[in-house]
Amino acid sequence: MAKHPTPLLDQLESGPWPSFVSDMKHAAELRHTNPRGFEQQVPVDVIDDLLGLLEMSYEDGTTHWKHGGIVGVFGYGGGVIGRYCDQPEKFPGVAHFHTVRLAQPSGLFYTAEYMEKLCDLWDFRGSGMTNMHGSTGDIIWLGTTTPQLEEIFYELTHTYNQDLGGSGSNLRTPACCMGMSRCEFACYDTQLMCHTLTNEYQDMLHRPQFPYKFKFKFDGCPNGCVAAIARSDFSIIGTWKDDIKIDQAAVKAYVGGEIPPNAGAHAGRDWGKFDLQKEVIDLCPTKCMKYEGGKLEIDTKNCYRCMHCINVMPKALRIGDERGASILIGAKAPILDGAQMSSLLVPFIPADDPFDEIKEVIESIWDWWMDEGKNRERLGETLKRLGFQKALEVCGITPVAQHVKEPRTNPYIFWKEDEVPGGWTRDINEYRKLHQR
Amino acid sequence: MDDAEAKNLIIETLKSKTNKSKFYLKDFYAFLPDMKKMAVSKLVNTMVAEGTLEYWSSGSTTMIGLKGAGKQHATEEGE
Repeated sequence: MAKHPTPLLDQLESGPWPSFVSDMKHAAELRHTNPRGFEQQVPVDVIDDLLGLLEMSYEDGTTHWKHGGIVGVFGYGGGVIGRYCDQPEKFPGVAHFHTVRLAQPSGLFYTAEYMEKLCDLWDFRGSGMTNMHGSTGDIIWLGTTTPQLEEIFYELTHTYNQDLGGSGSNLRTPACCMGMSRCEFACYDTQLMCHTLTNEYQDMLHRPQFPYKFKFKFDGCPNGCVAAIARSDFSIIGTWKDDIKIDQAAVKAYVGGEIPPNAGAHAGRDWGKFDLQKEVIDLCPTKCMKYEGGKLEIDTKNCYRCMHCINVMPKALRIGDERGASILIGAKAPILDGAQMSSLLVPFIPADDPFDEIKEVIESIWDWWMDEGKNRERLGETLKRLGFQKALEVCGITPVAQHVKEPRTNPYIFWKEDEVPGGWTRDINEYRKLHQR
Repeated sequence: MDDAEAKNLIIETLKSKTNKSKFYLKDFYAFLPDMKKMAVSKLVNTMVAEGTLEYWSSGSTTMIGLKGAGKQHATEEGE
C-alpha cells in the first residue's frame, strides 16, 4: 500500500514507454523489504515521500524544492548540491534530499564488483536512487541527508579511491567517449586525455573559481559519441590531416554486396541492394568523392571529416594516419535561448601525452573568461558578447578560413590597422590611377 | 597588500554589506582591485578552507559569504 496516493503519477505509467514512476515505486518497495539487510541511514520511506512530493507539485503546478543550500564536504566547493523541500512536515523523508556527484570512470567502464560496491554504499547512506549517468556524464546519486555527506565522502575516497565530481561554478566532471578501447575511428586516446586533464585541473574541479560552470568533453572522432560539440564549453574532437585510407578491393566488395554496409546495422528491414552513388557519394556534404571505373577517389582538401562514408564502409575506408584533434569552444544547452554549438578555435592540434599544447589553449581561454566573463555567463555567451575574434587573439591564433562560419558565402573578418599594409591611410592619387571616381 | 590584510579587508567589507549575505566571486575581485584575480580566488578558497567563509551553491552557480551569515541549514530546511 503506497504511503501517499499518486493518481497523477500513476497515469504516467500507462504510456507506452518505460516509466520513472514504476522504477521509483519498485525502489520504494525494495527499501521496505530490504532483502540485503542494510542499516538504512536515511528514512526508509524517502522514495515514498519523494513520490508524494512530486504528486503535490503536479497538483499545485509548482515546485516544492527550495533553491540550493550550504552543504558540501570539507575542502570541496562542488560535488554536493543541497536540496531541501518546503513541505518537510508532510514529507519528512525528503526534508533533506541532497544530490551527490561522483567522477565516472573514463569511457564508463566499470567492473560489476565495483558498481555493486558503489550501489551498496548508496543503499546504506542514501536513497538508493541513482542517475547513471547525468547530462554532464557523471554518476549522480539522488537524495541523502546532511549528516551522511562526510561519511560518504570518507568512504568513497578512503575505501573506493573514488572522487566527487563537479557542480556549481566549477570545472564539471570531464567526460569522454570509449575511444581507442573499442573504436577504430578514435584519432587520439580520449580516456587518457580525460584522465590526465581531470588530474591536472583538480583545483578547478573542486574549488569554484569560474564565472559559471565549465565543461570539457572528449570525442575521439567527428562521430561525436559524447556530443562534445553540443554539450561542452571546450570540445576536443579527434581528426586527421592526411587522406582517408581507401581499400579499393573492399569498396568493390561493398558495391557487389559481399560486405553489408554500416557493418550490418539497420539490417532489420530490406533496404534493397547497396547503392554506393546514392548512399555515399551523393550524400557527401562537400561533394568531394567520385566513383569512376571501379575506383573511389576522395579530394581530401575539400573533405570536412563528416565520417559518413567511413561509417557506411568501415572495411573499405579508414581514418588517416596523421592524427590529432580539433578544439571547438562555446557550446551550451540553455532552456530559454536554444542550443548553441561550439565554434572551431584550433583546426588541428597534436593530442599526445602529456597534452601540453592543449593545456596551453585551455589556460589561455580560462584566463580570458575568468577576467571578462560576467556572473553566470557561459564561455559561449562571452564569445557572443565580445566576439570570436577576441578568443583567437587571447590564444594567439591567426584567423584562417575554417574560423569563418560561412567562408564560401560570407568570408567576413575584421582586420586591425596594424595587420593591413599601409594601415587605414592611402595615397588618393595613387588610388585614382587605378580607380575612376 | 599581504594576504592577512587582504583577508581582513574581505571580512570587513562583507560585514559592512547589510543588504545581502552571499556574493559572487567577481564581487571579491572588486573588493581587491589591485590584486590579481587568480590570487583573489585562491585567497577566497583558502578562507573557505579555514572556515571564515562558506560556499553556497544552487547546483549550477556558486556564491560565497561569511560563515554563518544569512540563511543557514535550519532556515533552508524550512524550520
